[in-house]
Amino acid sequence: MALSTEESGRLAALLSEQDERVTTRWTEIVTSSLRGRLSQAELRRQVQDLHRAIVATGDQGIIDLSADSAAELRAALSELSRGRARQGFSASETTISIFALKDVLAELVQEAGGPTALPDYVAFSKLVDEMGLFTFESFVRTRESLIADQAEQLLELSTPVVKLWEGVVAVPLVGTLDSARAQVVMERLLQTLVDTSSPYAIIDITGVPAVDTQVAQHILKTVVAARLMGADCIISGIRPQIAQTIVALGIEFGDIATKASLADALRHVLRLNGVETARRQPRRDA
Amino acid sequence: MERVPILKIGDILLVSIQLDMSDQTAVQLQEDLAERIVATGCHGVIIDITALDIVDSFVGRMLSTIASISKVLDAETVVVGMRPAVAITLVELGLSLNGIRTALNVERGMELIAAAHAEELDYQLDDEPDAETATP
Repeated sequence: MALSTEESGRLAALLSEQDERVTTRWTEIVTSSLRGRLSQAELRRQVQDLHRAIVATGDQGIIDLSADSAAELRAALSELSRGRARQGFSASETTISIFALKDVLAELVQEAGGPTALPDYVAFSKLVDEMGLFTFESFVRTRESLIADQAEQLLELSTPVVKLWEGVVAVPLVGTLDSARAQVVMERLLQTLVDTSSPYAIIDITGVPAVDTQVAQHILKTVVAARLMGADCIISGIRPQIAQTIVALGIEFGDIATKASLADALRHVLRLNGVETARRQPRRDA
Repeated sequence: MERVPILKIGDILLVSIQLDMSDQTAVQLQEDLAERIVATGCHGVIIDITALDIVDSFVGRMLSTIASISKVLDAETVVVGMRPAVAITLVELGLSLNGIRTALNVERGMELIAAAHAEELDYQLDDEPDAETATP
């Protein structure tokens, strides 16, 4: 949906003639819509960038947002929406900065008058709509990449494998266990078993909010894989509600050792290892 | 044809598989191993699969067969050094390597066999005094 040559020329002329007035009015409208969350100077700079980009595109001839000649305009729009998305503005708060141009244009066209006023305004506002949609799309893209980055970071930080004792490692699972995370946990645990040559692993599920059949399936797979490699797994940290859910769902843990707390699991492993824990007379100071 | 070497360490035979197993090498290994167990009177067999990137149902079956043969000849079989990726693949495929004992590395495998052997000897020692006390 491109503007014709004459329309483009008229738009560029209108915008460049009234340069100062357009940016001032545009900034005013945007400022009121954002309720002072960005400084006037900053908004003015953004609006000026956009204004310059539109005029520059108009000078080259036809204004068409999808054409090569509008690369600068597209870059300015994406720059704006990227900035807003990272600062935490909503989608409508972002696109309203573009739609504000319509109000400015309406005033200018009305003042200029003439027989071409109405068709011109319709054509201009189509262009503004298009710019608004483009901004919205790049806003969503930025948000999506933010979410993807965060999911990846979450995957990295939430699965530590810790050494509890000589030959005993533990994985404290925190948060919901989906397939992707379960896979990471499984690989990391098995690799740690090999690296530290530990024959015992404790999987602690205190931090798992809910255990359904899928989560149980993932845990069971990890245990079986560890057994294949010659290590034994103990599941600990089963809360009362979770125990009830497990029984209600009919999940069978078979001959896998399960303990209520991490301390119980560690004691169990130490006993298997032949380590004795004994209580000594507490020391009395005084 | 390539052959898998069988090394004797004390009371244990160590088999380290470092090549892709074919039908022939597998059969040859089974024959060689059975012969060596009988010839040396060893009580333990350790199969090291650290070098194997892929364990499929064929290799799995071979390991099971070797374990069964050794069992008949009174030797304990332990498979050691399975890689995490291999273990995960086996679980995903639903192969569980029934009847095979596993250990993380050769050292742990030797401990396992020594423990199993010591247990057996203990039982025999326990039996004798009982028999003596029962006779008078």
